[in-house]
Amino acid sequence: MAKSETPLLDELEKGKWPSFVTEIKKAAEKSPMANDLLHQLELSYKDRIGHWKHGGIVGVKGYGSGVIGRYSDRPDLFPNVQAFHTIRVNHPSGWFYKTDALRSLCDIWDKHGSGLTNMHGSTGDAILLGTTTDHLQTCFDDLSEAGFDLGGSGSALRTPSCCVGPGRCEWACVDSLDLCHHLTMNFQDEIHRPMFPYKFKIKISACPNDCVASIARADFSVIGTWKGDIRIDPAEVEAYASSDLNIQREVCDLCPTRCMEWDGRQLKIFNEDCTRCMHCINLMPKALRPGEEQGATILVGGKAPIVEGALLSWVLVPFMKLEPPYEEIKDLILRIQDWWSENGRSRERLGELIKRLGMRTFLRALDLPATPQMVKAPRTNPYVFFWPEDIQQEVK
Amino acid sequence: MPTIELAGKTYEVDEDGFLEDLDKWNEEFAQAYASTEDIQGTLTEEHWKLIHYLRNYFQQFGIAPMIRKVCKDNGIDMKKLYELFPTGPAKGACKLAGLSKPTGCV
Ligand code: HEM
Ligand code: HEM
Ligand code: SF4
Ligand code: SF4
Repeated sequence: MAKSETPLLDELEKGKWPSFVTEIKKAAEKSPMANDLLHQLELSYKDRIGHWKHGGIVGVKGYGSGVIGRYSDRPDLFPNVQAFHTIRVNHPSGWFYKTDALRSLCDIWDKHGSGLTNMHGSTGDAILLGTTTDHLQTCFDDLSEAGFDLGGSGSALRTPSCCVGPGRCEWACVDSLDLCHHLTMNFQDEIHRPMFPYKFKIKISACPNDCVASIARADFSVIGTWKGDIRIDPAEVEAYASSDLNIQREVCDLCPTRCMEWDGRQLKIFNEDCTRCMHCINLMPKALRPGEEQGATILVGGKAPIVEGALLSWVLVPFMKLEPPYEEIKDLILRIQDWWSENGRSRERLGELIKRLGMRTFLRALDLPATPQMVKAPRTNPYVFFWPEDIQQEVK
Repeated sequence: MPTIELAGKTYEVDEDGFLEDLDKWNEEFAQAYASTEDIQGTLTEEHWKLIHYLRNYFQQFGIAPMIRKVCKDNGIDMKKLYELFPTGPAKGACKLAGLSKPTGCV
């Protein structure tokens, strides 16, 4: 057998998992770009250094964002990836596509780029990896023709994203799909024409399970929640009791606020102490449902660890009803962005600015009263740590 | 190092066409370059005002100003900015002004 040209990358094909190396190799059979990508990557592994230069500035007419420029620093060896730009395509709410939409996306990308995609990037967009500068405008034109638009990049509003919500999930407390679509359409200018000190991300989860991890990944996090009592179906509780679920140990004992009681026949919840963590509902979905009055909690300030370290979003508005045309939330977003743009330094995320100028100042600027539910971090005490021996082993 | 020929002169630029040396800039450069950034015909008073503003700011601070500041200091909005420079302030305006490539994050 001939010696492999990519021994280091081949390691990443071993094991039972899908491998991006296998995918790039498949693409390399028909795309010279993908082939050079493969070999440049092998060289990167060998040299232990990335062979991409720092990002370029390329784009399409009328837009300041949506394309991320990439250039190889070894175009002498890999001429087909001399330019290898990425196009971000705004994904549909909740990532629901028809297969023919996916096909047309792939056809366009086979025509204009390497054929390689990343479905989906961490911002949520469909990521089309690798094309040249002269293909950008024509690719964009074809995408528009097929009904797609570019997403955000740079110091812009990044493509809003949301969980599948009411599309598939009985726990949805708000219509995350509709809200996400609404905000996307409403803030087109902010997405396509960067105008902020830095990036701004909006993510929407329709219940506290927070499947899009909006609390950790968005400057503006919307998380569905409810007011009032968790709805209980006693017949279904009984059915769980006679199944192999141990209600006492697995549900009640693991309720973080210990606000549940189980006497072997009846399940009681002291709702005033419930923090709506979803634990019990997740374990007994047929018996328990979120309360009837539903809306969302709005949190702000989340970001990844750069400049100031990672931040989780914290509560700004404990409960907001979310129904079309969503004026209240749009207005809040605008006021926050305005304050941030006015006061933020270059490359300063919203959470960092709030930390620098103080939450008081931020609240006053937004004209919101401070309330006890504006929790920064629940139950924190910097001197309490867990040692490994304190952590209870396996429940069941 | 790539080069580009504009109005009979050769300039050193990076792969995105940004001028390598701020001091090599001149008005012919900007005018000759305009068409590649989707600006038709001769640059107007309004174009020049922005171009000179960007150059002054860059000379003073060594970076390109934030967009909001550009708009505020020049009394224009984003829409106007994109009308003047259809490929955007970073790609279009900074390039014509001879600024080195604004570093931006993905
Ligand atoms: C001094 C150099 C660089 C700095 C300071 C920098 C900084 C950053 C920051 C702050 C983020 C975003 C993290 C967030 O989501 O909050 C990011 C993302 C990213 N950077 Fe860089 N970067 C640099 C160089 C590069 C280079 C050379 C490349 C590639 C050739 C690159 C590729 C990326 C990619 C692909 C992402 C997106 C990751 C994602 O969306 O999860 N960066 N960078
Ligand atoms: C060993 C190869 C690579 C690894 C392990 C890798 C890893 C990653 C990871 C972890 C992310 C962020 C998470 C996510 O998208 O969900 C990311 C994002 C990204 N990568 Fe890569 N990457 C690789 C190669 C490349 C190459 C060759 C390019 C282009 C030249 C590229 C361009 C990007 C871009 C543009 C994003 C941002 C996507 C977004 O908008 O979220 N990556 N990559
Ligand atoms: S966040 Fe809640 S509503 Fe959304 S998909 Fe996850 S569990 Fe369902
Ligand atoms: S949602 Fe969480 S806090 Fe509320 S009762 Fe269930 S387990 Fe306890």
